[in-house]
Amino acid sequence: MSLHAQIAVERSSRFTLELDLVAERGETVALLGPNGAGKSTGLRVLAGLLALSKGRIELDGLVLDDAAAGTFVPAERRPVGMVFQDYLLFPHLSVLENVAFGLRARGMDRHDARRRAGKWLERVGIGQYARTKPGRLSGGQAQRVALARALVTDPRLLLLDEPLSALDATTRLEVRSELRHHLVDFPGTTVLVTHDPLDAMVLADRLLVIEDGQVVQQGTPTEIAHAPRTDYVAQLVGVNLYRGTSRGTAVELACGGTLTTSTARDGDVFVAVAPTAVTLHRDQPHGSARNTWPVQVRGLEGRGTTTRVQLTGRPDVLVDVTPAAVADLDLTPGSSVWASLKATEIRSYPA
Amino acid sequence: MTATRPPASITAASPRRRRRGRRTGLPVALVLPAVLGLAFLVVPLLGLVIAAPWDTLFARITSPTVLTALQLSLTTASLATVVCLVLGIPLAWLLARSDLPGSSFLRALVTVPLVLPPVVGGVALLLVLGRNGLIGQYLEAWFGFSLPFTTAGVVVAEAFVAMPFLVIAVDGALRGADRRFEDAAATLGASRWLIFRRVTLPMVAPGIAAGAVLCWARALGEFGATITFAGNFPGETQTMPLAVYLALETDPEAAIVLSLVLLAVSILVLASMRDKWISPNAA
Repeated sequence: MSLHAQIAVERSSRFTLELDLVAERGETVALLGPNGAGKSTGLRVLAGLLALSKGRIELDGLVLDDAAAGTFVPAERRPVGMVFQDYLLFPHLSVLENVAFGLRARGMDRHDARRRAGKWLERVGIGQYARTKPGRLSGGQAQRVALARALVTDPRLLLLDEPLSALDATTRLEVRSELRHHLVDFPGTTVLVTHDPLDAMVLADRLLVIEDGQVVQQGTPTEIAHAPRTDYVAQLVGVNLYRGTSRGTAVELACGGTLTTSTARDGDVFVAVAPTAVTLHRDQPHGSARNTWPVQVRGLEGRGTTTRVQLTGRPDVLVDVTPAAVADLDLTPGSSVWASLKATEIRSYPA
Repeated sequence: MTATRPPASITAASPRRRRRGRRTGLPVALVLPAVLGLAFLVVPLLGLVIAAPWDTLFARITSPTVLTALQLSLTTASLATVVCLVLGIPLAWLLARSDLPGSSFLRALVTVPLVLPPVVGGVALLLVLGRNGLIGQYLEAWFGFSLPFTTAGVVVAEAFVAMPFLVIAVDGALRGADRRFEDAAATLGASRWLIFRRVTLPMVAPGIAAGAVLCWARALGEFGATITFAGNFPGETQTMPLAVYLALETDPEAAIVLSLVLLAVSILVLASMRDKWISPNAA
């Protein structure tokens, strides 16, 4: 049993979300995309807070929305739990009452609802805050309450809207791994919306990358990380992405320049190059690398123990080097160096 | 007008007295009317306090006439507020939440009693609810029940004039409230009525409280609609403002005392609002 959704929502004359989503029970699917891509609209439709303009949503054989047939099950009657972006815990209710709310709304008596809510609070590790008002909780604690509140009613579909974006870096790391555990235990289907590739990669079994209301790429995290198909995805997973035409092992790049790869292909291809695969030299190198070309430094950006260098040339390229290399090569904006890249470090795949 | 004294504008603009990056010179054209305006609002109230017969004050306040009028005023204003809450909160919800095409027109309609002279309101109420009125004749014929010139009539007149205050306050609070909390409640399985009761209402409670206080204060001070619709019978329809007006002709000192009581109640209301409801993070 599973989720089958053909989603089409017209938000304005200029923006339409179109999304086909199929997910099995126990599976976590992430909708990944920049702000304004339509991800949250997708979640609202699944939750029943927004009706489809076209299409159909079916969950475990139950039709939740069918625009053509005029069927629409409102949010309060869907077997769905949702964690909102800033959690939206009811500020006037205690943590326990927040978690018990869904059970009470579904008709469970107060005593049973509270006991069950209490168990869930223990399960997410914040039993001691049962009587606290949400306003006094930290971000991480509030996130756990929101998760318990969404899961306590045993939903068949769990929707997470940017579940970690309100957290600071340290808390985020901790809550992310906890959330992963809960998602693994959760028997239903999970749909997660995020703009953070790391959240998506860690939490999801499958990714749908959405740009301007359209799915531009989908696959497992590994597939997406290894073979990005748009500049946005390439930027997310941190690789250089080029489009070009391949004849044998030579790829003529659309942006100018030629790269030699180790796999022979013919036709339109994508070429992905990791920033760590490129090395920089003061003078033209004469080693084994098949690709060398002159480049000019446009900018430098410190990233912890490495420095990312933006270079212009044929082609433009992002290269990660050590701070020592920055000093050795005297890399400053405007300085000229040589880039070299082994053919075996280049991945090419059909466009 | 001595030649040696520098003009005031130069003194005000001297660098030593100027705070960093901010103009401190206040234009006389604004300050003068501002001070006059303040005096205009405060001096009459001070006059009331100064003219009060302080030595006989306590005896007068506890006199049966004053106590009766005060009790009637407090009772009717409170009842009117209850009526306004029961009818006004749902009305405000309708204005704020439903996507009715004419909701802005409805909102304008609701505010009419706010700008309408209360006497006109009283006349309108008489025409509709009076013994021969559109609805009043049936009340009389079917239930033997007549509103004008009764205590219930006072409540109706006060509610008519005061309800817009409540509706506008609650409407504003509802439109300012984050509707995503209602979405969250819906995903938790709550019906619209349950959402209204358990989420919306508690979250706009400060707005309701502020609206209720304004509404109550307006009802307490109501004069025009009350005297037109309910008359001026001591113990039955003679509220404090009516008693003040009447006393002014026969016993000016009593009028002052009654006015002082109303002033004290107003200040009390204002103070209670400041403490509890005006601060944004009220518990």
